[in-house]
Amino acid sequence: MKSGGVSRVLLIEDDPAVREGLELALTRHGHRVRAVDSGEQGLDRLRTDLPDVVVLDLMLPGIDGFEVCRRIRAAGETPIIMLTARGDDIDVVAGLEAGADDYVVKPVQPRVLEARIRAVLRRIGRDQAELERHGDLTIDRAGLVVANRGVPVGLAPTELRLLLELSGTPGRVHSRQQLLESVWEHGYFGDSRLVDACVQRLRAKIEDDSAAPVYVQTVRGFGYRFGPV
Amino acid sequence: MAPWPSLGLRARLSSAFALLCVVTTVAVAGGIYVQARNAILQRTQDAAVQAMMSRLQALYPLRSPAPDRAELGGIAGAVSDGNVFAVAFHRGEHSPAGPPPERPGAPVPGPPPEHRRPGGAPVLDLGVISPQLRRTVAGGDVAWQRVVWRDAPFLIIGTPLLITERDRTTRSSGIEVYVARSLLPEQRSIDGLAVRAWLTGGAALAFAVVLASLATRGVLRPVRELGRAARLLGEGELRTRIAVRGSDELADVARTFNTTAAELERHVEQLRQMEADARRFVADVSHELRTPLAALAAVADVLDEEAARLPEPAGRAARLVSQETLNLTALVNDLIEISRFDSGVAALALNEVDVAELVHATLRARGWSEAVRTELPPGVAAPLDPRRVDVILANLVGNALRHGEPPVSVRLSADPHRIALEVSDHGPGLDETVLPHVFDRFYKAGAARARSEGSGLGLAIARENARLHGGDLTVTNAVDGGAVFTLRLPRRAHDPDGGPE
Repeated sequence: MKSGGVSRVLLIEDDPAVREGLELALTRHGHRVRAVDSGEQGLDRLRTDLPDVVVLDLMLPGIDGFEVCRRIRAAGETPIIMLTARGDDIDVVAGLEAGADDYVVKPVQPRVLEARIRAVLRRIGRDQAELERHGDLTIDRAGLVVANRGVPVGLAPTELRLLLELSGTPGRVHSRQQLLESVWEHGYFGDSRLVDACVQRLRAKIEDDSAAPVYVQTVRGFGYRFGPV
Repeated sequence: MAPWPSLGLRARLSSAFALLCVVTTVAVAGGIYVQARNAILQRTQDAAVQAMMSRLQALYPLRSPAPDRAELGGIAGAVSDGNVFAVAFHRGEHSPAGPPPERPGAPVPGPPPEHRRPGGAPVLDLGVISPQLRRTVAGGDVAWQRVVWRDAPFLIIGTPLLITERDRTTRSSGIEVYVARSLLPEQRSIDGLAVRAWLTGGAALAFAVVLASLATRGVLRPVRELGRAARLLGEGELRTRIAVRGSDELADVARTFNTTAAELERHVEQLRQMEADARRFVADVSHELRTPLAALAAVADVLDEEAARLPEPAGRAARLVSQETLNLTALVNDLIEISRFDSGVAALALNEVDVAELVHATLRARGWSEAVRTELPPGVAAPLDPRRVDVILANLVGNALRHGEPPVSVRLSADPHRIALEVSDHGPGLDETVLPHVFDRFYKAGAARARSEGSGLGLAIARENARLHGGDLTVTNAVDGGAVFTLRLPRRAHDPDGGPE
């Protein structure tokens, strides 16, 4: 994350017209855009440019968007916003499972994409609070570090924000709609699969057994709750 | 209509068969009966006349031309025997006649002993000889008549005794002899014949009825099969075929049915294929349009924001391009949405949500909270896909605000099984001719409204969304004016959590 408002966006999109259009629009919104036309180039640029956010088309020649998504996630915690051309549910779910933080459906209005980028880049407020302990999990709200049995856990920004949101009020049930508003800034009618997919990824990283979660628990029909541990 | 509207084919065929059989049996059996009866009687009659004549021959020559009562008794006795009663007349005189026997011939050999004169002939009651017969006999002819005497049939034969002169001419001697012969044995054999005829007729009738029912079943089974197949075909089971048996007219009908069904199936298949092709084409076109639109949409904002700084008419052109890009984007998005409904890939993401909260969120997100009156009882929750319900509500409220008159209101009501959301305005309402079509795709309320805001798919998509929930969306005009759209959604908890848990 970069301070000062100007962020570096890595745009991976194979269609030249869309690429140019989005580059134009995002540049106008004050971002420094690096646009490439394939996943291979994108992964190269990721290492050299260290972008703040990746905007990734799922339908790519060569290695496809899902694979690129997984490799970016494996390499670090850079936020990823998917561009899905088809709006197909399968694509969205697969993309979220591959580690994407959010998605927009083409044709996208630049101001919508801009809002998504701002949301994933929003600086997480640092508290002066003490180190929180929940069972084996320690959450350092000042240093933004989460550790499980003393071992730091690498969380993507969205995952971290979701964990901070839930653990801020242990035992309280958060509906998917509330989480979409507070974590994704989507508003009431966001896609609740974003929450579900993010919870899955978060559990895989902090729970001993994802099938029997201790920290992030499902309240059937209502939403999610942290603990009580 | 049919002459016998209440009778089925089976009853009609059976009764026709039975009738035919009865008529035939009666004709054949009756004919044979009558002929046999006549033959028997004729033979009996001939034999009786023959026997009588030969006995009378023995009397010649007559002892006196004017016999007295005793002599007449002798004549009568000569032609009598156990079976035959006789009486002889001459002028007013006649041989002794007994009272009629109680049951003549009951014991076939003869009348009871008390009616038999000792050593003489059985006697005949004179009353059974009709005057008509007597006149005929008196005229010189041999005559006979069948009578019923004391409940038993008798043959009465009368003959005048003739005297042959030396010149070989004959003249009546004036003596008439009558004999009565019981026909009881013949009556019995004729009765036996009748009984056999009836039995044969009855058996034939029973046989005919069985045969008729077999035949009708044989005819009716294919007919019933045809009926069942036609019904199945009508219900949309286009693969229905009939097994063709034999080569009769019914088999022809079955073959025709099969050919027709095959044709129908082929045509329907063709139509479905064409429709599927058309829909796939729309889906493909929409997807193809997406990429260029994505590029256009990306720069439309830029163009719009720069429009103010451009010299006219470039500025207006830029605004137009920007605006139409947005419209086109909405249209293509709607086309893609509806083609997803058509192809069945649209999926529900159900969440147990507070309906009032959802409606408020919809209104708030579009800045309509002030413009719309709400009647939303709190605490009503239902398993809904919030995004889809938002699409429906946004469409209904948006239409009401654009086309109707204020106040626009949203009212929620609920029972344990369903919720109902009513969106109403106070405008003039919808034309009655328009009402059935408001949910049609691209339906335009009037030719004049060439293009309205929105894609023309909004209400169609809204209804598809309602149906995807297992609910429905309907429209009526309120009594006091204004259109009322009612969205009904089920509250049943099939899966209360749409999440992947």
